[in-house]
Amino acid sequence: MALDEIKIGGLGASRRRVEDNRFIRGKGNYVDDIVLPGMLHMELLRSPVAHARIKSIDVSKAYEIPGVRLVLTGEMMAARNLAWMPTLSYDTQAVLATDKVRFQGQEVAAVIADDPYIAKDACQAIVVEYEQLPVIVNPFQAMEAGSEVIRDDKENQPGNKVFDWEIGDKAATDKAFAEADVISKMELHYPRSHPSPMETCGSIADFNRATGKLTVYMTSQAPHIVRAAVAMVAELPEHMIRIVSPDLGGGFGNKVPIYPGYVVSILASILTERPVKWIEDKTGNLISTGFGRDVYLQGEMALRKDGKMLGMRMKTISDHGAFYADAQPSKFKIGLMHSAFAAYDLPAAHLESVGYYTNKAPGGVAYRCSFRVTEAMFFQERMVHAAANDLGMDQAEFRRINLVKDDMFPYRTAFGFLTDSGQYGKCLDIGMKAIGYDTYKAEQAEARSRGKLLGIGISTMTEPLGAGNSREYDILGIKMFDSAELRVHMTGKAILRTGAMNQGQGHQTTWAQIVAHELGIPADDVTVEEGDTDTAPFGMGTYASRSTPVAGAAVAMVARKIRAKARKIAAHLLEVSEEDIEWELGRFYVRSNKERGVTIQDCALAAYSNMPDGMEPGLENNAYYDPPNLTWPFAAYFVKVEVDAETGVWDVLKVVAVDDCGVRINPMVVEGQIMGGLTEAYAMASMQYQTYDEEGNCIGSNYMDYLLPTAWETPGFELHEVVTPCPHHPIGAKGVGECATVAGPAAFVNAVVDALGHLGVRNIDMPMMPNRVYEALTTGKDISGMPPVKMGD
Amino acid sequence: MYPSRFGYESPKTVEEAVALLDAHAGEAKVLAGGQSLVPMMRLRFAAPEMIVDINGIEGLRYHRVEKDGSIRIGALCRHEDLEADDAVAKAVPTIAAAAPLVADPIVRTRGTFVGSVCHADPQGDWAATMTALGGHIVAQGPKGKRDIPIADFVIGPFQNTLAFNEIAVEAVIPAPKGVRVGNYLKLERRVGDFATASVAVSLDMVGDTVADAGIALAGVGGRTINANAEASALIGKKLTAENIASVAAAVAAAAEPRTDHRGSADYKRQIVKTFVERILLGLLNSSQKAA
Repeated sequence: MALDEIKIGGLGASRRRVEDNRFIRGKGNYVDDIVLPGMLHMELLRSPVAHARIKSIDVSKAYEIPGVRLVLTGEMMAARNLAWMPTLSYDTQAVLATDKVRFQGQEVAAVIADDPYIAKDACQAIVVEYEQLPVIVNPFQAMEAGSEVIRDDKENQPGNKVFDWEIGDKAATDKAFAEADVISKMELHYPRSHPSPMETCGSIADFNRATGKLTVYMTSQAPHIVRAAVAMVAELPEHMIRIVSPDLGGGFGNKVPIYPGYVVSILASILTERPVKWIEDKTGNLISTGFGRDVYLQGEMALRKDGKMLGMRMKTISDHGAFYADAQPSKFKIGLMHSAFAAYDLPAAHLESVGYYTNKAPGGVAYRCSFRVTEAMFFQERMVHAAANDLGMDQAEFRRINLVKDDMFPYRTAFGFLTDSGQYGKCLDIGMKAIGYDTYKAEQAEARSRGKLLGIGISTMTEPLGAGNSREYDILGIKMFDSAELRVHMTGKAILRTGAMNQGQGHQTTWAQIVAHELGIPADDVTVEEGDTDTAPFGMGTYASRSTPVAGAAVAMVARKIRAKARKIAAHLLEVSEEDIEWELGRFYVRSNKERGVTIQDCALAAYSNMPDGMEPGLENNAYYDPPNLTWPFAAYFVKVEVDAETGVWDVLKVVAVDDCGVRINPMVVEGQIMGGLTEAYAMASMQYQTYDEEGNCIGSNYMDYLLPTAWETPGFELHEVVTPCPHHPIGAKGVGECATVAGPAAFVNAVVDALGHLGVRNIDMPMMPNRVYEALTTGKDISGMPPVKMGD
Repeated sequence: MYPSRFGYESPKTVEEAVALLDAHAGEAKVLAGGQSLVPMMRLRFAAPEMIVDINGIEGLRYHRVEKDGSIRIGALCRHEDLEADDAVAKAVPTIAAAAPLVADPIVRTRGTFVGSVCHADPQGDWAATMTALGGHIVAQGPKGKRDIPIADFVIGPFQNTLAFNEIAVEAVIPAPKGVRVGNYLKLERRVGDFATASVAVSLDMVGDTVADAGIALAGVGGRTINANAEASALIGKKLTAENIASVAAAVAAAAEPRTDHRGSADYKRQIVKTFVERILLGLLNSSQKAA
């Protein structure tokens, strides 16, 4: 009899997360939990100023503190050719500053000591003399003629521009605008934010002089990329480098880049011949590591008066901080910004992007987002909102007219992506029904008559998740495929390893479910391991919602290879030819007699004890999966708010999320992902932003100033699902981890703007703090840019 | 957390604690709830030589409503103790309203009422509440105890009038002149954030006449704002929409807000005005309902 797939924890089972057993008991194994014999502790001294020439560094007082073993400065790094390192966008980044500091919080020196208290004391004893330079805190200052050049270390870098880039069909777009009845405009800022994982970054470097082997335990979402980079930068042979990412306390893109602390800890271990642990404090994490967003977006949409979109012109001006360290495929200078409007049947589009250096922390990481897709979709949905209003059309109706229809797939977007599948109209209908859209206009009018301000915001989008394919997507030239290796033991239990890196997504739970689905081995019988480059097959790591689309597909493919071999064994055991064998979940049987069969476990035992003549023993294999395309999930989010006209405080009355991420491996895990993403969306809309004063002081350097919502503020979410299987993924799954973070913020902003729409308000930039909403509703004017910051408050 | 090196003592009596403070001549800090002190030590903004932890002293974790309606709050009474107590809620509605708005639930299990008043943060909920209610702090030093009226106790941002060798052992809220009503409203960007503006209002009612009135503000000045003079316009009167509006305007004018990333000075005054109005109108409505 075939097995019950849900019972064995296969596809569609809301299996409890395997990881949680250890996490909720305090038995996780994070980098800071690891203690090695003889381990020393490292602390970084960071720059207190945003832009200054370093005149001198005096470390003598630090060495006077008992227990200090080593103090490293930029000069000492430079002597070993390690003062600078490459970034993920082919720029360079200072490891320890030599000439100048270029942002507040930049790494200037490191102390290695017997314990972290001593290391911190010694950092305070280092005397650095700075000569302050003019500070640039936004791209508009950076582009001014004659402004201070931040990257004077680079040749051929006359100003502060990082890149100038364009994509799309300019001529076709110009033609669309020439034919337009209505041209609608939108201009906004997506503020800088920090992913702020609960666990900060850290590493333990352990160089063993006797074996020549370097082991680094570290907080990386992509350990194999780190191994390759260390091999190149530190000039150590790749087989002598082992990177181990143990449990990660969140990543959200923040743990993709390689940070100076990792590099310095490695050199410190080589020099001291002792393990060296570096654990960043929360402030260090917030002020120096990879941020997200910080893009000014503007654009205009050409429209026909019946509501049809004709064309789109878009321009972005992005702030990259002191080093261009975006984590993104090398071909695209502003990530996948050009995925904007992919959900809409838009004939022509053109995008111009300019990036600038500023005296702020470097980064531009994909913060829970597939490379700048968050900014793209936020702009898209704010633009769509404005366009519908300019046409005098209903928000839902305008979207319905322009969304790609079910029978148009695969659909080639104006920017050249190929979207794969979806039922956009159905998602829209479900959401409208759930939020009560029918009666809403009357309700809003009635509420306004009582002085209450109600608003509904809609956000609909599809986004590209699961880079590569390898033709177009790479990180530092390494193609973006992924891998899985499956070893079935003789009793039918198994170990699966992949090149992905779990950081909260639940891979240990869900990968085993794919194996259960493909082989009928109960998920509980499958161990999943990731993160150790000595044992895991090569992979590009986990970010950009790529693990299920790529590594997850590799898991299905390797399981199918195992099944193919098991089929031969089954034929041997059943003494029939392979062609006479049928498969049902967990079991092969003889076509003519279903009662005669062997289980996958029988086959596993035979692979070690009774294999056919000439067959290689064992039951294990690996698979590398190079996806034919990205996967394209769809999301329709509806938010209903009420704004307090006397204070500007807005309350969320209801949030409805309709997600179509194809086949759901574990519905509970998917729902958790969506709720987490919606929380981050609410956070962006309401409070979470990273800002700087005019002197370049980072204001959000701790959790009193960098606001993250708690369970108290976060609204409840009502989730709905539609399933359109991905046509090119082995199990029909699409990425989902980031949909809500990406499409959610616009739903909140659209709702508040809708509530204030009758007052003439067109845009309120995030964060929609109550004072900003109050200003908008009392003046009827748009609110642009970040909240002003004055020192001394 | 890697603070600077510090000494630690855990005395068993207030007298021992006072002796330790005296011996360290201003370089020692008292640790009660630690919800402000410890973060400052973590950031190395504070680096006391000696921590005098009073948590081991018996008999300081109490709060009680006396027969006359006055309230005594011991130095180790946690915010959550006040939050959970119906007797307090009945006797001093303003405290009951403020208690669940202090910081976040984690802080409230550990932080103390008296410690918060001593910290004298211009954003502090309890300094504002106590200012509206009146009352005094009982300080104990080498020469024994003395009472310090709240108006003379919190004198500026993070400044109180305790001597270096004194410990605030108790806060006392006076008995009501009639039936005590009141409320506390706070606008914060997120639970646990410093207030954009907070308003504490307490009225003692005899029938429908205001026998005593206190209003104080947090977050809208470099210190706790005492608006009791403005509130006193209500004394001897019945609440009306008109006198509520005029007091709200006067209190908003008494605020000393600064423009910052929480909002402009005008916005903060608007919040103060709105909150004073909402609290007083709420009290008016509930008294009308009761009647």
